[in-house]
Amino acid sequence: MANLASNFVGIKSPNPFWLASAPPTDKAYNVVRAFKDGWGGVVWKTLGTDPPVVNVSGPRYGAIHSNDRRLIGLNNIELITDRPLEINLREIKEVKRDWPDRALVVSLMVPCEEHYWKDILAKVEETEADGVELNFGCPHGMSERGMGAAVGQVPEYIEMVTRWCKQHTRMPVIVKLTPNISDIRNPARAAHSGGADAVSLINTINSIIGVDIDNFAPIPTVDGKGSHGGYCGPAVKPIALNMTAEIARDPQTRDLPISGIGGITTWRDAVEFMALGAGNVQVCTAAMTYGFRIVQDMITGLSEYMDKHGFTSVDEIVGRAVGNVTDWKYLNLNYVAKAVIDQDSCIKCGRCHIACEDTSHQAITSMLDGKRHFEVIDAECVGCNLCVSVCPVENCITMEQMTEGVDPRTGMPISNEYANWTTHKNNPMAQAAAVVEPAE
Amino acid sequence: MPSHLPGIASGRLSPDEYAANFLDIHPPLDHHQAVVEADRCYFCYDAPCVKACPTSIDIPLFIRQIMTDNPIGSAETILSQNILGGMCARVCPTETLCEEACVREEAEGKPVKIGLLQRYATDVLMDERGEQPFERADSTGKRVAVVGAGPAGLAAAHRLAMHGHDVVIYDAREKAGGLNEYGIAAYKAPDDFAQKEVDFVLSIGGITVEHGKAIGRDVSLSDLRNSYDAVFLGMGLAGVNALGLENEDLDGIADAVDYIADLRQATDLSTLPVGARVVVVGGGMTAIDVAVQSKRLGAKDVTLVYRRGQEKMGASGYEQDLAQTDGVVIRHNAKPKSLVTEAGRVTGIEFEETLEDGGRLVGTGVTFTLPADTVFKAIGQTLVPAALNGSAETIALDGGKIRVDDERRTTLPGVWAGGDCAATGEDLTVAAVADGRIAAESIHRALSSVAA
Repeated sequence: MANLASNFVGIKSPNPFWLASAPPTDKAYNVVRAFKDGWGGVVWKTLGTDPPVVNVSGPRYGAIHSNDRRLIGLNNIELITDRPLEINLREIKEVKRDWPDRALVVSLMVPCEEHYWKDILAKVEETEADGVELNFGCPHGMSERGMGAAVGQVPEYIEMVTRWCKQHTRMPVIVKLTPNISDIRNPARAAHSGGADAVSLINTINSIIGVDIDNFAPIPTVDGKGSHGGYCGPAVKPIALNMTAEIARDPQTRDLPISGIGGITTWRDAVEFMALGAGNVQVCTAAMTYGFRIVQDMITGLSEYMDKHGFTSVDEIVGRAVGNVTDWKYLNLNYVAKAVIDQDSCIKCGRCHIACEDTSHQAITSMLDGKRHFEVIDAECVGCNLCVSVCPVENCITMEQMTEGVDPRTGMPISNEYANWTTHKNNPMAQAAAVVEPAE
Repeated sequence: MPSHLPGIASGRLSPDEYAANFLDIHPPLDHHQAVVEADRCYFCYDAPCVKACPTSIDIPLFIRQIMTDNPIGSAETILSQNILGGMCARVCPTETLCEEACVREEAEGKPVKIGLLQRYATDVLMDERGEQPFERADSTGKRVAVVGAGPAGLAAAHRLAMHGHDVVIYDAREKAGGLNEYGIAAYKAPDDFAQKEVDFVLSIGGITVEHGKAIGRDVSLSDLRNSYDAVFLGMGLAGVNALGLENEDLDGIADAVDYIADLRQATDLSTLPVGARVVVVGGGMTAIDVAVQSKRLGAKDVTLVYRRGQEKMGASGYEQDLAQTDGVVIRHNAKPKSLVTEAGRVTGIEFEETLEDGGRLVGTGVTFTLPADTVFKAIGQTLVPAALNGSAETIALDGGKIRVDDERRTTLPGVWAGGDCAATGEDLTVAAVADGRIAAESIHRALSSVAA
């Protein structure tokens, strides 16, 4: 068993798996159950000012399912905690006292006036919580009131509020970012400038998850009407991974710790986030789908993975893939790969053929000598990986690099030289001298 | 218990047991099960399952339509190729047709349940919409006679009616449906499904059924040729192969097809007599059907004896497993040698063991005798050509069945044939439907070109 102990901006937890600020962390009852099942920490559901908000008493969630009803994406219109502040603070204090080895961070969202933040930070400090997370992400409801994503979409506001918080508390300040922006680096830089100890991302994505096509109303429908909500779950993971990487490789924020959030369902997802720069991860939808016990697989899966790779600390994973994230223009245009179909494992569904034939490069046969047979035509294959993506059999189609000879598609000899778009003859902006990828 | 009654007796089981034994053998999928199963289909290119289907139903498309919650569209995809898609979903030996070809059979030994999905879609359409999705074209004024209201005849009649021709079906029995009504094992099509489907098919209009009219007895082929613009023969096989033994006409020996027909028509299964000890001779679907149903009616010992090896049996592996699970004993490599009789009835049957010598079946001289209250003959059915001899010209046969070309044209001008009576391949419901549809399209082309 590898040592999974995590130290994220000074907040210690026995493993890097935290529950994100969300319905699962709204009460002591839920949080205690999570700790019993092994979660390393929680971010308590966002506290606001009294009187508390009210939630709808109708449906708050909508989902996208696979046909076997696996939940792929979840959307919600729930607001921040609707319980009185004092009750939440009392429970936070009790839970932290009873579970000292677990991380307990408190999410906050109050109006953009300094006294509100100063006031609530003082109250949170009294609970002995480990830190605070500033909720600049909620895209629904609260944003209409000038909070949540309404703050997160204006870098100046992020910087301002972050600075206030750093002035008024000794606790670590994590700034939770909204993905509902054009370039995630700007809000991350703003948080950094404001003195944030870390950013966490992503919050949910603005969305309408579906439409009731008989009653013509968005889902979830509350008395005939629907409102946009926040989208999360496995479907958003690729968006979150990219935003994590963008911050991790941005020269201005590369040293800013990141708490990765967005569709994390398995230990493997967690490793991917950490490899792209996340110091730890937060989970919500997976717990809301399956219950807290999934963390046990996350713990053992991560441990096995670390043992296999000889990692003795989770920090050894963090950022390990960041150096391999680059801009398109630096990709090696001399790299040539061709798809290869393993005829022994091919089940002859023909999906590689029809995908290539109808929508790509006509590079896969459907017949050979009058028999159903699927084989790559190297002279047409551009190595696009679509066939690999649509093949239902794992590892049946693989991409094999050509390292010598002539590419039968282009007639050009295979070169082992690295050459990218910046110097390509077709690039009107090509630079005279060969440009290598910028050094780290 | 009455099941221990010796000899032939009815009422061997309790009403609950009869009901349980003749329930739907493949319970239908519910909505959730159908959607989950449909999701397993890979929507293959040029899908092998379609090629394996005699009626060439676009299986990936109809399954995708189930997956997208479009079951009516799915049923239309099925029925446009096979108007008896509901029955075929119940009785097709899918394990040797579409499901054997399914790429998931190759991938993991678990094909998509195509038959059950087809049933789901067709059930939704028949139960929820009721009316069929096809309409008659404007009347062409052409008249076509169809002989036999079985799967081939119904499929031909429906397609001809779609094209606007007026169809009269002549059928020897009281009810339409052919083997769907009189031949299929009861647990494969319960709840009178065969008649519901007949009504569904005929509801297109333009089809008249003349019941109780057998060709060669009540109508002649030459009269039909004179009175109609075209004739389709789909009357099936009226003859039953004999064992070729002495005393074959005694009590205690019966045709399996007749017994199955009686069973299918019985309103109360407890009135149907069945032997305590039953021996079935044969290795095809009919043999399995009579063996399993005898067992389910309360027969104590049922033994099915087939003259060749297991691999040569006409019944599918699934059907053989079903019989053995039900307690039917299957013996291979033995041929009937003589009937044991006592007081004018059969009390047993003697077999001689066989072996195959280069494909030729030879007796080994080793014999055994099985006691039997009933011996069922299930060694195939034959065309009775005499029924067709109403015309001056003689219709050409091929291996004892009506010779047809690719379009199901016989050697007589204006006469088409399909289903079991025609020499077209396997004797399956789905193959008969394919014949009927192919013949109807050919007839339509022929009649259209005459008009032009």
